[in-house]
Amino acid sequence: MMPSLDPIKTQLVWNRLLAIVEEQAQTLMRTAFSTVVREAGDLSAGVFNTHGLMLAQAVTGTPGHVNAMASSVGKFLAKYPVDALRPGDVLLTNDPWDGTGHLNDFTVVTPVFRNESCVALFASTSHIADVGGRGFGPDATEVFEEGLNIPIGYLFREGQLDETLMTILSANVRDPIVAEGDLYSLTACNDAGADQLMGTLTDFDLEGIDEVGAAILSTSESAMRREIEALPDGRFDYQMRIDGYDEPVDLVVSMTIAGAELVLDFAGTSPTSGYGINVPMPYTEAYASFGVRCLVGNDIPNNAGSLRTISVTAPEGCILNAESPRAVSARHAIGQMLPDVVLGCLEQALPGRTPAEGASCIWNPVFLGVGGAGNTAADNFVINPIFNGGTGARPHKDGLSTTAFPSGVRTTPTEINEVTSPLVIWRKEYRPDSGGEGEHRGGLGQTIEISHRQGAAFYVSKMFDRIQFPARGRRGGGDGAAGRVYLKEGADLPGKGKDLVPAGSTLVLETPGGGGMGDRSARDPDKVQADVDGGLVSKPK
Amino acid sequence: MMVRAAKIAVDIGGTFTDVVLEVDGAQVSMKVLTTYDDPANGVLDGMHQVLAKAKCAAAEIGLVLHGTTLATNALIQRRGARTALLTTEGHRDAIEMAFENRFEQYDIDIDRPVPLVPRKLRLPIKERIAADGEILVPLDEGSVAEAVATLQTQSVESVAIGFLHAYRNADHEQRVAELVRAQMPDLSITLASEVCPEIREFERLSTACANAYVRPLMARYLESLETQLRDAGVRSPLLLMTSGGGLTDLQTAARFPIRLVESGPAGGAILASHVAARCGFDRVLSFDMGGTTAKICLIDDARPLLSRAFEVDRSYRFKKGSGLPVRVPVIEMVEIGAGGGSIARVDKLSHITVGPDSAGSEPGPAAYGRGGDWATVTDADVLLGKLRPELFAGGALKLDPAASRRVVDKHVAKTLSMSIEQSAVGITEVIDENMVAAARAHAMEWGKDNGGRTLIAYGGAAPLHACQLASKLKIERIVIPNGAGVGSAIGFLLAPVRYEVVRSHYQRLQDLDRVVLDKLFAELREEAYAVVHAATSEPLDEARRAYMRYVGQGYEIAVDVPELDVPDFIAAMSSAFDDAYRGLYGRVIPDLDVEILSWTLALGTTVDVAKDVEAPKLEREASAQSVVDLYDPVQGAEVRADLYLRSDLRPGDYLSGPALIVEEQTTSVVTSAYTLIVNQLGYLIMQRRDL
Repeated sequence: MMPSLDPIKTQLVWNRLLAIVEEQAQTLMRTAFSTVVREAGDLSAGVFNTHGLMLAQAVTGTPGHVNAMASSVGKFLAKYPVDALRPGDVLLTNDPWDGTGHLNDFTVVTPVFRNESCVALFASTSHIADVGGRGFGPDATEVFEEGLNIPIGYLFREGQLDETLMTILSANVRDPIVAEGDLYSLTACNDAGADQLMGTLTDFDLEGIDEVGAAILSTSESAMRREIEALPDGRFDYQMRIDGYDEPVDLVVSMTIAGAELVLDFAGTSPTSGYGINVPMPYTEAYASFGVRCLVGNDIPNNAGSLRTISVTAPEGCILNAESPRAVSARHAIGQMLPDVVLGCLEQALPGRTPAEGASCIWNPVFLGVGGAGNTAADNFVINPIFNGGTGARPHKDGLSTTAFPSGVRTTPTEINEVTSPLVIWRKEYRPDSGGEGEHRGGLGQTIEISHRQGAAFYVSKMFDRIQFPARGRRGGGDGAAGRVYLKEGADLPGKGKDLVPAGSTLVLETPGGGGMGDRSARDPDKVQADVDGGLVSKPK
Repeated sequence: MMVRAAKIAVDIGGTFTDVVLEVDGAQVSMKVLTTYDDPANGVLDGMHQVLAKAKCAAAEIGLVLHGTTLATNALIQRRGARTALLTTEGHRDAIEMAFENRFEQYDIDIDRPVPLVPRKLRLPIKERIAADGEILVPLDEGSVAEAVATLQTQSVESVAIGFLHAYRNADHEQRVAELVRAQMPDLSITLASEVCPEIREFERLSTACANAYVRPLMARYLESLETQLRDAGVRSPLLLMTSGGGLTDLQTAARFPIRLVESGPAGGAILASHVAARCGFDRVLSFDMGGTTAKICLIDDARPLLSRAFEVDRSYRFKKGSGLPVRVPVIEMVEIGAGGGSIARVDKLSHITVGPDSAGSEPGPAAYGRGGDWATVTDADVLLGKLRPELFAGGALKLDPAASRRVVDKHVAKTLSMSIEQSAVGITEVIDENMVAAARAHAMEWGKDNGGRTLIAYGGAAPLHACQLASKLKIERIVIPNGAGVGSAIGFLLAPVRYEVVRSHYQRLQDLDRVVLDKLFAELREEAYAVVHAATSEPLDEARRAYMRYVGQGYEIAVDVPELDVPDFIAAMSSAFDDAYRGLYGRVIPDLDVEILSWTLALGTTVDVAKDVEAPKLEREASAQSVVDLYDPVQGAEVRADLYLRSDLRPGDYLSGPALIVEEQTTSVVTSAYTLIVNQLGYLIMQRRDL
């Protein structure tokens, strides 16, 4: 018989590991340079056992990193086995297929030693603003155009920086100081995690984390399996059409639940695109599983045990299983749509428990000055704000207006955007009537009007979706309004790619609304009145 | 009449109003129930009681210091005024859109914080100011007239006026205020550019709306209090405690009541800072644990950490982002849902979870015998022998250990097939670890360490958990001051008069314009002086800070601004920034431009307290009142422990853990890892032994 305090000790060590990876992520978030890391939490951090199995991961703004980073460390160890690693070694990659799906994400892995043997590994990923190539955007046709690719290798070897690697990196990116700074941030946050782990091992009088790790994995896996077992067995199909880059993309999925197994298969989904919206498999796994985990076992921490209960497959050549050298830079534009299709399957297994479809893909335009001869601040600027549409209505509640889902990003204030650029955001306001009708209304999108303060022209680079195919309602609820991009003076612009906003013009963005839930006749009259009073809905027809 | 220079401090909390009278060098304290219909009644009641106890007349009071949670409660319970917001056309949803994010990733059912002003009362005004303060669209007074008509038909009681970039140019806000006042002279008007002239519209407008929302209620209350005090014969000034730890005058408090939120916790931190100064402890962690939450604050060199960001009403498990942001000067602390009433359960991973919800004081823990059926931290503490049933609350409330056994068995032990005692150990370990995790994260966020600090513990539940918290944080010394139950009010007696003002003015460090800066600080100085001068004629200290970052970063850090007349001011600012950045993040980034978003200036009376308490000497071994059974977490077993009454202990008395020191408002648990000695002020000083 084990001493009976042990389960509590295991729990306390587990809680410590969860706290350690949160601190690791906080360190990274506060020291990183890329705006999306700091403001939006586009990063991940985790601790792994010596077999490369993830034991704990920080809950950050990016579900897209969850499975991706979890599987990444195994790939590092396949190339550099634990026995070959030495104290002071730090490994690195930004390969989209070995890391988290596009070249901007750098993953750094640091082995941790106690009494000369490796007891654990810390890994962290962050989005580095520029990796050379065409820059962040969907317009490349091959990954080679999207920037520098660094295969899994050493960043530090027994404490010695790989100068050659740094030199190559610096020579290939637009802002080398920032890129270098971000690599140091990643290294430092792993070190911070390692220090905390050492303290924890001492506090709890442990040699390593294998024993506790085994308990974490088995407890999590069985808790997840119990959750899956509680779902009805069966095969549930769903599909959703979205805009894509130059032609619509069909996302087709079948969910098979058999006992404690849950399999998502994306057979039937559109083939790869000629542009940079293709999704490498690890990123597909991440957002597809996130869709399940929103409802099933959402309070069970992410680790190799809980993650392995959901299998995700997609056929070769499919946009969700893109192989090199397909362009993948804007893989989020497709990936963030996956929870909607997975929830569409779950609705059949759990009728009345899932939200309607939402805007889902964030609208994150890049605004650029036209540059040129003047060379003043007014024509050389870059800002990358994030605007959101509405989420789908929930089973018992309205959807959230102008809120990111599934992404967890935060937006930048209008005043900050105007201080750091010559643009004026004339309007940034809820878009009336954009939420799908229903007993519960879809979340509203927003209307944004932007022009150059001096009336000059500027560029907008777009990765927007739900312009042709809006978010659909659930259980009789209406569709959310489609998004729209146009010049106030007339012409509509496409949702993807870079366009010039001519001098004197005002650009208007209307982000999509979320789908509604249930029949609109069942809506609480007080809510109908409140929507009308607030001008969120025009007078009921 | 001869004034005895008596001072009275009053802290209105959610349940109790604490009153402390300081006269002739002694303190007399009293707790009375908070009277919600007119809280001034409770204040007067408590005041009369302490005056009677101290044989002091109302006219002998030289100063009244007051802190209150009324503004906070009005925000949490949404009992404020019917408030409208006049704002730049096209941007009226900024206060509701917030950061457009979800504060909890895996819960699809979360609700975003509901703004204090509903959309139909967010009224657009045609005007526009650019980022540099230039007017892009002149104010359309016709749109103001339309808004005023709505204010009238909608029976609005209070209005906030907040335009984009008005922190740079407040002309439009001021003109609109004039127009509104002319039509509605009795309406309460709050200008965002006065409450919080800081860049970032969501947080500024949220602050302005919160101020407008509580202003009529607070103005009424403060007026009533002033009248009642005068009628009772009090002739002294009345100063209000702010969240930033400084006192301010009544008029400023009535104008900017949002600055009064969290004044109680600020008082506690001031007390801890004072204790730190007198005892000469330079690195301190203050730890306040009550029935529902615990608050932890870092105090270096007797100064609590200050910041300008706060969230009221974190309604989702105290999670960041689930409350309403308020930008006012605050003593920075982390608040955790961990208190004596925190509820323990078992989750689907068969883990014990504790809090953040609490059984509160009604019905309270099962041990209180008032029908509470949840297993709480207090119940676990009772089962481990940390709380003595017959001595609790001075014997006023006899605890029921059988009830504690029943609920711990029902909610934890049975589910986990574990003994009741082991379950109780588990509950206390989990709550202690929760607090440790929060303390670590907080220290890390501010680039600081907990290890090697002195822990100053107060509040009803803190001394029960201080030893374990300290052990886990590598803290070797713990101080339990006197009067832990009325610590906030005592803190008010020790607080400086202080007022901080802010202004956003964007500058690149390399292009810093000294002329503009001198003018800006002169304006800030004048604004702060007007307030501070109303409350004191003592000499004043000035503190200036800049909120700086590398160009392109998202968050600013606070940097102390050097003397304005140093020869190379930009170089001095640059090195001050480097020092601050290195302090937080361990390194600086060479060759990157730095920018400044906002500037603050604070004027206040000096609070330099000299060290006047010597390290206590071991004089005599304290004599125990009895021997009891106590679970000792160091040995992991129930042991025999000495029990002492705090009232029996004298300076120089010493003892070793395991032991319990019982007093009316709390019990101090000394584990076997610590020894204890009483210092000359009667504080309990625990020291970790060399193990």
